[in-house]
Amino acid sequence: MTLLSVQDLRVTFGTADGDVHAVQGVSFDVEAGETVAIVGESGSGKSVTANSLLRLNFGADVRTSGRVLLEGRDVLAMTEDEVRTVRGRDVAMIFQDPLTALNPFYTVGRQIAEAYEVHHPGTSKKVLREIALDSLQKVGIPEPSKRVDQYPHEFSGGMRQRIVIAIALVNRPKILIADEPTTALDVTVQAQILELIAAMQQENGSAVVLITHDLGVVAEITERVMVMYAGRVVEAATVLDAFATPTHPYTRGLLKSVKSLETARHERLESIPGIPPSLINLPTGCPFHPRCSHAASLGGRCSTEVPVLRKVGASSSACHLPDERLRDLLGGAHDR
Amino acid sequence: MTAEVVLEARSLRKYFPTGSSKLLQRPTAMVQAVDDVSFALERGTTLAIVGESGCGKSTLGRLLARLIEPTSGSVLLDGTNVSAASSRELLALRRDIQVVFQDPYACLNPRHSIGQSIGTPIRIQKTMSRSAEKDRVRELMNLVGLNPEHYNRFPHEFSGGQRQRAGIARALALQPKVIIADEPVSALDVSIQAQILNLMEDLQTSMGLSYVFIAHDLSVVRHIADRVAVMYLGKIVEIGNPSAVYEGAAHPYTRALLSAVPVADPRAAGGRRRIVLSGDVPSPVDPPSGCRFRTRCPKAEARCATEEPRLEAQNGTPDGGHLVACHFPG
Repeated sequence: MTLLSVQDLRVTFGTADGDVHAVQGVSFDVEAGETVAIVGESGSGKSVTANSLLRLNFGADVRTSGRVLLEGRDVLAMTEDEVRTVRGRDVAMIFQDPLTALNPFYTVGRQIAEAYEVHHPGTSKKVLREIALDSLQKVGIPEPSKRVDQYPHEFSGGMRQRIVIAIALVNRPKILIADEPTTALDVTVQAQILELIAAMQQENGSAVVLITHDLGVVAEITERVMVMYAGRVVEAATVLDAFATPTHPYTRGLLKSVKSLETARHERLESIPGIPPSLINLPTGCPFHPRCSHAASLGGRCSTEVPVLRKVGASSSACHLPDERLRDLLGGAHDR
Repeated sequence: MTAEVVLEARSLRKYFPTGSSKLLQRPTAMVQAVDDVSFALERGTTLAIVGESGCGKSTLGRLLARLIEPTSGSVLLDGTNVSAASSRELLALRRDIQVVFQDPYACLNPRHSIGQSIGTPIRIQKTMSRSAEKDRVRELMNLVGLNPEHYNRFPHEFSGGQRQRAGIARALALQPKVIIADEPVSALDVSIQAQILNLMEDLQTSMGLSYVFIAHDLSVVRHIADRVAVMYLGKIVEIGNPSAVYEGAAHPYTRALLSAVPVADPRAAGGRRRIVLSGDVPSPVDPPSGCRFRTRCPKAEARCATEEPRLEAQNGTPDGGHLVACHFPG
């Protein structure tokens, strides 16, 4: 059975300026043990999608519809008590900023133990301490017996993220959601944390849903990728296909704007013109059409009709361009 | 090659007092943020300064613009000592060195219209009348790709990329010789980063600007830099032309930094060997003896703990263009 199945997820936030349509009909599946990336820029809806998996979108006026089936049970239809048994046990989350994710008043050992105890009430103090020590050691904190009684401020950024990972994994969750887990970290520390997530995944067999804006990170550790733009999935593909033969003009634009170590000096970066649309006043038709260089070639279709996700080769793309043009967005892709 | 040097740093040091004791009335320790840094920036070129958090790169940038005073050492702009300038002289020097900051949200006054903000340097320097200033600001907005009709809009009405364009326009207002850009694109989305980098390159070509480009990421710098300096714990550990630093990195830290950059190519990701550094950057209050990188260095030997490596020319670079501070380079 599919571990997680998200079906037509829609999230709208009511604000004083109008309704913010953050997620508009996102569907995807996650199988046990696999790594899926959701990629997008600020405001693409990637974090709101991730938060919805655990019903963590809070606010005065949040409207969510669709289904989030975790092993067949709809998280969106659960009572608050039922969701609480899922959070941290079946599905755990790592956040971007490890300092705000940790409580500054509690020792890290206590925070790890608490995460375990919530789902295993009645565990003795002694066992909890052993679990905390063991968790710290697994995520590579040196001298766990000394560090377990320290507070978050006594750790560096990379060490704090290790602790957040230890807390997330203490109940051996089936799914680990990592929302920009390395964005706040230095590049050498980022490498350490990515290796740790991959190693922990191997050991626990957890599925990982990685939320990121960084295509480099995606290429490093994931198998499948979904590209989001303005609240919609515009392309879904294996990582190899998405990078070699992107089937959506936005994915292509993202790939071309990536600064690579191989780019020659003073070589011009190809950039996507314009800026992402406001989620309150979305453009009609395809949300990407005002920035898309192909839109003019299809007459008015792109500005009137919202493209749906359809199969293009082995990938899925939400674009009105005919298949043969989507397969060759990079130009000469078949020769490579 | 005898290109003209526009900006030069000579043995710059900046120590910040920390842990001050009320009783002793003096600081008990010093953070050695920048320690003995020297380099020269040639006119019309870009020097990139790369390093991780806490390496002193932003402090160095602020020293160059004399936003803070150096503990010792000097900064020379066209041969004039910026660090010894009186406040009156400094006002004039400020025309020639301008700064673009990382956070385009924090560096614009939310109560000033974007046009007012861009024109602020002109008003401070009193170089032109109000009406001439407005014309100049509109011209600058045009130059950086902002619609001049948005003169009276406020920062919150703009996106991050547009605000960074405004930050650049403000830096250009006085036609400076040198721009210190402190992580100008790291707060921006990927598709917008490329727009801003291209804009900076265009402006450099059309106005003959010289840039000091501070970044934490070697891949951003690759495009724009004519020379790259890698910093670690307050010191330059390697400096050279991009080809020397990227293809012939000789310092173990540079090599680790390069290998840690995620490559946006899933086929390449499996094949390359990544050097994952263990541990964290040591405290700059009490840096390791000898070579500051030795505690994390895979090559460290006894000599590294006792003797500090000097920044020296690599063999095979007769022009001295590629300098490395390591006892066991390569």
